[in-house]
Amino acid sequence: MGFDNAYEAITEEVDDHRWAFGTGFADPLLGVDEAVPPGVTGSDLGEYCQMLGDDALVCSHRLQEWLTRAPELEEETALANVALDLLGQARLLLSRAGQVDGTGRSEDDFAYWRGPEEFRNVCLVEVADDDFAALVVRLLMFSAWRLALFERLRGSRDAVLAAVAAKGVSELTYHRDYAAQWVVRLGDGTDFSRARTAAALAEVTAVSGELFASTDLEWRLADAGVAAEVSAVRDEIVSVLQAVTEQAGLEPVELDFDGVPSGRLGVHGPALNAILEELQSVARAHHGATW
Amino acid sequence: MTGSTQVRGPDLERARAIAGSVPDPELPMLTLDDLGILRDVSVADGVVEVGLTPTYLGCPALAEMRRDVVDRLGAAGFAQVRVRTVLAPPWSSDDITPAGRRKLAAAGIAPPGPAPRRTGPVPLSLGPSRRLVQCPQCGSDTSTQTAAFSATACKALYRCQACAEPFEYVKEI
Repeated sequence: MGFDNAYEAITEEVDDHRWAFGTGFADPLLGVDEAVPPGVTGSDLGEYCQMLGDDALVCSHRLQEWLTRAPELEEETALANVALDLLGQARLLLSRAGQVDGTGRSEDDFAYWRGPEEFRNVCLVEVADDDFAALVVRLLMFSAWRLALFERLRGSRDAVLAAVAAKGVSELTYHRDYAAQWVVRLGDGTDFSRARTAAALAEVTAVSGELFASTDLEWRLADAGVAAEVSAVRDEIVSVLQAVTEQAGLEPVELDFDGVPSGRLGVHGPALNAILEELQSVARAHHGATW
Repeated sequence: MTGSTQVRGPDLERARAIAGSVPDPELPMLTLDDLGILRDVSVADGVVEVGLTPTYLGCPALAEMRRDVVDRLGAAGFAQVRVRTVLAPPWSSDDITPAGRRKLAAAGIAPPGPAPRRTGPVPLSLGPSRRLVQCPQCGSDTSTQTAAFSATACKALYRCQACAEPFEYVKEI
């Protein structure tokens, strides 16, 4: 069926559901093959999917907090788009986690009914930024790291992880470009914006040690060809940050490669509690509610 | 599927045509076929199975597409319809058909250029995008990007230098 213009299409008298997007959208993995690759336990795979899913869920929430507060409408739209992409990645990964870990939990169970010690995101994404320079620096670090991991996960032996990664790579590519271009503009801007950006880079690199430290579970799954080994992405992150700081006229940054896992083991800062208080409040106040 | 009866012929063709003609909820001048997100349709044992792929992982309109497919096939006499999500290979803007591109341009939305095809590390892009985007109103290719993001995940905003009209551009992905 074709239409000459959009108005003709939307006034066509059929009972299509076009006006309330996102409501009642359950099961993003509907009909997708549930098989767990041989040689891997469902609980390991489920926990790994939680790690990657929680990174995206928590980062998306922090980005959403900028809506109505961004410096310009264009940036607000950009941050909303990035947040929506990450939320989409989180939905599939958390659904996959519940599908394989034997608990049968839904994406909502993971988002609304876990305590902070059960979240597996890296601490980098949970900290709130009150400064646009700090936000884009954090987003640069996170999206460069996640993109490097997803590039490798495209070859994962888990078909769902591989498919989410293949799709996610194209999304993360423009997230990273967006953040990198802002870091260049601010670093190469006024004395004020350069000072803020340099301070943000120092702050973010100081807490990024855990990004390059594998948990036992990640080692195990990397050996089994399912996970991406985080120490393998060091060089790629170094070269991305080098290119950005050079173009921005900023001092080169030193990354910490001697960190230990923290958020991946459920050890978080107080910032995560603040996120969950808001994120989970409606679901917990209205037990059993659906939307 | 051993033991099931795969249907070919008129019923399958009819089911495919109906599923393919469902309008996209966000770009209703395009059908699911035009957009290239209808991956497969099969009919077996009286059940129509339809495979849809999301354009973006966060696409909020997938539920509406699923329901529209079920409703339209139901109205055409296919009582049992199963819609499943197909994740691989990921959708690309290259999957938009020539007819889809014509309809986009006719609606004032510039269709996407070819998507980048690469393996290995993704190159970092630090400069402004250097796409040559043709204005869907006057045909000039002297447009500039005003915003890399827009009201839906798939579009950027441009302005034509020649006729000064702002317009949307479907990003290549």
